[in-house]
Amino acid sequence: MSCCDKKGAKDTCCETKHEPTGVMDASESRREFIWDAVKNFTFGALTLTAIPIFIEKADAEEVHTDKDGKEKTGHTVLFGYLVDTTKCIGCGGCMLACKKENDVPDGEFRTWVERYVYYKDGSVRVDVNLKGSFAFTELPPIDKETVEKSFFVPKLCNHCTDTPCIQVCPVGASFKTKEGVVLVDYEQCIGCAYCVQACPFGTRFINTKTQTADKCTWCYHRIQHGEKPACVDVCPTGTRTFGDINDPESEISKTLAENRIDVLKSYLGTRPKTRYIGLTAEVV
Amino acid sequence: MMPHAAEFIFPNDMNGVAWTVMIVLYPYITGLVAGAFVVAALYHVFNFKVFAPVARFALAASFSFAAFATLPLLLHLHQPQRAFFIMFMPNFTSAMAGFGFIYSFYLTLLAVEILLVFRSDIVAMANEKGVKSLLYKALSLGVLRETAKSKEIDQKWIHVLSIVGIPGACVLHGYVGFIFGGIKANPWWSTALMPVIFLSSAIVSGVAMLILLYVIISKMRRVSVDDECLRVMMKLLWLFLILAVTLESLETLNMAYEAGEEWHMIHRLITEKLRFSFIYVQLLIGSAIPFVLLLIGWMKKIGPRTRVTLGTISSLLVLIQVLSMRFNVVIGGQMLSKSFRGFVDYIPEWHGREGIFVAIGVFTLPFILLTAVSQILPVWKVDAHDH
Ligand code: SF4
Ligand code: SF4
Repeated sequence: MSCCDKKGAKDTCCETKHEPTGVMDASESRREFIWDAVKNFTFGALTLTAIPIFIEKADAEEVHTDKDGKEKTGHTVLFGYLVDTTKCIGCGGCMLACKKENDVPDGEFRTWVERYVYYKDGSVRVDVNLKGSFAFTELPPIDKETVEKSFFVPKLCNHCTDTPCIQVCPVGASFKTKEGVVLVDYEQCIGCAYCVQACPFGTRFINTKTQTADKCTWCYHRIQHGEKPACVDVCPTGTRTFGDINDPESEISKTLAENRIDVLKSYLGTRPKTRYIGLTAEVV
Repeated sequence: MMPHAAEFIFPNDMNGVAWTVMIVLYPYITGLVAGAFVVAALYHVFNFKVFAPVARFALAASFSFAAFATLPLLLHLHQPQRAFFIMFMPNFTSAMAGFGFIYSFYLTLLAVEILLVFRSDIVAMANEKGVKSLLYKALSLGVLRETAKSKEIDQKWIHVLSIVGIPGACVLHGYVGFIFGGIKANPWWSTALMPVIFLSSAIVSGVAMLILLYVIISKMRRVSVDDECLRVMMKLLWLFLILAVTLESLETLNMAYEAGEEWHMIHRLITEKLRFSFIYVQLLIGSAIPFVLLLIGWMKKIGPRTRVTLGTISSLLVLIQVLSMRFNVVIGGQMLSKSFRGFVDYIPEWHGREGIFVAIGVFTLPFILLTAVSQILPVWKVDAHDH
C-alpha cells in the first residue's frame, strides 16, 4: 500500500481496524481524489482558477459543522500541527528522530531547524541545523555585544489546505487524506518534480533512494494508530504539538485557541495546517 | 523588512536544481515545432506564396522536432517507466497533465498533414517498381491512385489541418509557458505573460531555425537561395523578435518598477547569477545585434549574398537567444531559493542521463530524422501551382 510510509509501513498502516474515525484508506482517498479531479475538470473548463477553492470548500464546511455541533461520535478528524518557536532550543533532535523514523537519506530533509539572529546593526542572518546536537555552524558564535536577539524556527511540510503541490501533480500521486494529511503515493509518482517547484516552503525533494517526491507525512504510519509523529514525541521542550483540530478538547485545539497564531507565507493563500507561535516578519 | 546579509537557502535546495538542462531543452524543441509550423501555415492558410520554397521543408522540420519533443522529459523523469500514467490517470488540475494529449494530437496532425502534402509524390513512387516502392506503398496508406477530385479533397484537408494547427501550436506552446507561469511559489516564473512569452519566442526560434537550415542546405545542394523568400522570412523573424523581446523585458521591467518584496532577490539574480546568460547573451548578443542585422537584412536594397550572410548570422544569434532565454527561465528560476535569502548553485552536469552530452545527443536526433525524411520525400519541391 503505497500511501503508507516507507519504514515499517507494510505491517502497520494498512490495517484498518485501529484507524481513528473518519480516516480513509489511502487508495480510496486517492481514487476519490482522482474522481474529484475529473469532476472538477469539467467544472474547471469554465472556471479553472476556482478548482482548488471548490475542492477545499467541502473540507471547510465539514470542519465547521463538527466544531459547532455534534459529539465526538462521527466527527471528522482533521489533523493539525503547532510549532511554538518560543520554546525551541535548536537541539535538532526532531530532525534526527525524523531521519531515523522515516529513513530519510543524508542531505535530504523532511524537517529542519532554522536559527534567526538579529544583529544590533539592523541585519538579520539565518542559518540552519542540519546535523542535530545544536550543530549550527554557519554563523559566528552569538556575541551579546553585537546580537540583539535570536530564536529558532523548526520547519516541516505545512499540510496546506489549498495545496499547490497537489494541484500541479500531473498524475494525482500527491493527494490529501480525509484527515487533511498531504501524502505522496510512492508507487504512482513519476518523479517529475513539479511539486518540488510548486511548494513555496522548500519542504519537498526527490528522495534519492525511492526516486520519487518525498516530504513530511506527519508520520502517517504512526498517527493512524493514535501515536504522535516522531518529532513531536522526541522534542524535549514541547515545541511541537500535534492533534485533532476538530476536537475542541484536544491539546492542540486549546493551545490554538489561547494564543496568537501565525502561518508561513500566508500571502500565498495555501492555508497551512502547520501553525506557529512567535513568528516575525523575517521568518521565511 | 530589515536588510539581511548572510545567504540562507532551504536545506533541500542544497542538492541543486530539480529541473536540469533537459527541461531547458524540452521547451526549446517544442518551440521549434511551433515556429516551423507557423511558416508552413502562413503559406497554406494565409496564402504567403513567397514561402513556397520552404513550405514543405517547414512541415518536415516541424514534424522532426515534434518526434523528439518528449525525449528530454522522459530522460528527466525519475520514474520514466511510469510516464504513461500522465495519460492514463491525468490529474487535470495540473498544467502538466494535458501534455500527453496535446502533444499526441499535434504530432498526429503533423503526420497526417505531411502525408497529405506529399501524397502525389508518395503515390507516384509507390507505383514504381523495386523494393523502395514498398516504403511508399506503406506511406500511401493503401491509396495508390489519385484523381483531380481526390487532389481537391486533399487540398481542402491540408487547409483545414493548417487552420487547426495554428491554435494547436499556440496551445502546445502557450501551455508550456503556463507550466512555469502558474507557479505562485516562484516570482521569477509566476506571470500571466509567461505563455505569451514562450509562444512568441517559439515562433522566433522556429523561423530562425528554418532560415538557417534553408541557407545551409541550399549551399550543400548547390542551389541558390530564393531571395524574396529569405527576405520575407527575415522580416517575419524581425517582427516576432521585437514582440518576444518586448514581452520578455516588460515582465522584468514591471517587476523592477513595482519593486515588490521579491525584486531585491530578482535584481541580484539578473545582475549577479544570470549576468552573462541574461544580460550579455539574451539581451545584447541574442536580441540587440540580430535586431539590427535583420533590419538591414530585410531591406530591398541589400544584395542577395549580403542577405544570406546577415540572415545566417542573425538566425544563429536568435537561436542562441532563445536557448539562453529557456535557460534563464528554467534554471534561473530555480536558483532563487524559496527562502528568498540566497541562491541555489547550478553546477551543470556533463555526464549522466540528464547531462549536457546526452542533451546534445538528444538535440541531434531531430536533424537525423529530418535528413531521413528529406531522403524519402521531396521536401524541396515547390508545389506546381506556385512555381
Ligand atoms: S508545505 Fe509544500 S508540500 Fe506541504 S502541503 Fe504545503 S505546498 Fe504541499
Ligand atoms: S514528482 Fe511525483 S508527486 Fe511530485 S508532481 Fe511529479 S508525479 Fe506528482
